[in-house]
Amino acid sequence: MSGGAMESVADAAARATPKRVAGRLRGLSDRAIAWLFISPTIVLLLAINIFPLLWTVYLSFTNYRANQPGREVKWIGTRNYERLLGSEDVWGYMQATAHFLVWTMVLQVIIGLGLALLINRGFRTSGFWTTVILIPMMLSPAVVGTFWTYLYQPQTGIFSYIINTFVEVGALNMIGSVSLAPWAIVIVDTWMWTPYIMLLCLAGLRSIPPYLYEAAEIDRANALQKFWYITLPRILPFLMLAVLFRGIENFKMFDMVVELTSGGPGSTTELASINLKREAFEKWRTGYASAFAVILFVTVFGLASIYVKALNRVRS
Amino acid sequence: MSARSTAYSVGESSTWTKWIAAVLVIGYALVAMIPLVWIGMTGFKSPPDSIAYPPKVFFEPTLEGYVNLFTTRSRQTDEYIESLGPPETWYDELVRERNMVITGPSRFADRYKNSIVIGFGSTFLAVFLGTLAAYGFSRFKVPLKDDLLFFILSTRMMPPIAVAIPIFLMYRELGLSDTALGMILLYTAVNLSLAVWLLKGFVDEIPREYEEAAVVDGYTRFQAFYKVVLPQMRSGIAATAIFCLIFAWNEYAFALLLTSGEAQTAPPFIPIIIGEGGLDWPAVAAGTTVFLLPVVIFTVLLRNQLLRGITFGAIRK
Repeated sequence: MSGGAMESVADAAARATPKRVAGRLRGLSDRAIAWLFISPTIVLLLAINIFPLLWTVYLSFTNYRANQPGREVKWIGTRNYERLLGSEDVWGYMQATAHFLVWTMVLQVIIGLGLALLINRGFRTSGFWTTVILIPMMLSPAVVGTFWTYLYQPQTGIFSYIINTFVEVGALNMIGSVSLAPWAIVIVDTWMWTPYIMLLCLAGLRSIPPYLYEAAEIDRANALQKFWYITLPRILPFLMLAVLFRGIENFKMFDMVVELTSGGPGSTTELASINLKREAFEKWRTGYASAFAVILFVTVFGLASIYVKALNRVRS
Repeated sequence: MSARSTAYSVGESSTWTKWIAAVLVIGYALVAMIPLVWIGMTGFKSPPDSIAYPPKVFFEPTLEGYVNLFTTRSRQTDEYIESLGPPETWYDELVRERNMVITGPSRFADRYKNSIVIGFGSTFLAVFLGTLAAYGFSRFKVPLKDDLLFFILSTRMMPPIAVAIPIFLMYRELGLSDTALGMILLYTAVNLSLAVWLLKGFVDEIPREYEEAAVVDGYTRFQAFYKVVLPQMRSGIAATAIFCLIFAWNEYAFALLLTSGEAQTAPPFIPIIIGEGGLDWPAVAAGTTVFLLPVVIFTVLLRNQLLRGITFGAIRK
């Protein structure tokens, strides 16, 4: 039943209500209850999200350093932003982030969609195995990063050992090697979050009414045609939503990668958030870091908005 | 909708395609479980076994990792250890075999306790405030409702480090740095967006007619809320609470930057175990196991609500 229909029912009920009850209703008006219920949430979010956000924007125009509270805070205009946008290092961090973002999404979409299609075949015990597959994504990313450093040990780690039983490549120094480290973080993220994409694809597959396939059977469509013309368009909104949620998270990625590689070797896996933490809490360049934070936030917000527009077009 | 009737919708799967699907899915699940099983096993290995080459699948299980996780030890000479007399407990004995003496409890138990206090505290607050707000958004005409709801969601788009900079400064001024209260408030704020969106979905599913009937029977609007709506939200509230709890339990960035000793939770502490007395992988693995096990159990309990939780209620099956 739609919201509009509900409201008309409510209106009708209110009109038919005897006066005595109407009096009770007035005891605390709906509007008062609504604000009483909603305002604590809004106040808390204003205090812990919006006020700090505005403060960050202010700080980004200053030379403030949080480890020197006594120092005079100078307004330096857009100098922090100029320095950031002109810095080659910052481009490097953005590229590392883009590499991580793009490859995790590509791999997770392919594997996640594949798994969802297989599970949707509906073999016996598929429910149990689905639950098993889902476990990694619920775990603490930082702790996952920590224990993968153990699995990735070049000499004694199980990862290198298993790979070597299939292909003789010698000890794999996943974390210490410049060429392998960017892939080390992609692999762990894929291990952890493929189930997420899979779960949303499954939801999409289950939303397809069976008569569409029955109609296709009658038209003698082959399996590929059925997938291309029925399955894919129907699950695309779900898949895109999954990529949106994961994309935002991976753009902000911090905890798992910090524990796994702490940005190294050199700065090959220094993602934007990791560099932000360095600038803000190790070098204590609070003003500069705030400017970087603002740029990151605007980027996420901008990309997400464009993406949501595309998503809405797919839906309609 | 009718999930069951459409679950097997991709044509008529023949027996052999089902077999292939089963083999591939089970194969993936087994491979994906190797890291977790391996960590679980490592917790019961001795330190030399944990760094053996080739990696040991069969080994003599020991509780050394768990003892090392919960204690601090110091190396002593044989003479000193002999002068102590026979070991009083099994863990004393275990440690003395490595020429060590237990000097006291480690900080892991405290960190774990912090995780529990902060996790449950913030979950309670987020679910309490979230339930009220969700009911308000679901049932009343609120001006700018969609904008407010979007605003609540957008607070999740900030990188945690970006939020941590001003929060760090704010907490320093207010004296909330490194306190459980500060962390509870922060996690409550972060979890509220999830709680409001999820719970609003659950309230939306409860027909308004129940409350209208209750009001006609003489209840006030408020009584109708807590005597009629709230009981029906019970399972939704439970699911939301578990999601909030898991988030607070898993959170790392804020805990790393805003706590140092007193209020530190387990996630920033587990990696530090590595630093204490060389590479003590069994202790790290034991800490990891003790920390992850509750989440694994909750995931299994929550499996039917997972989809809803991870999409902020956008997809409800």
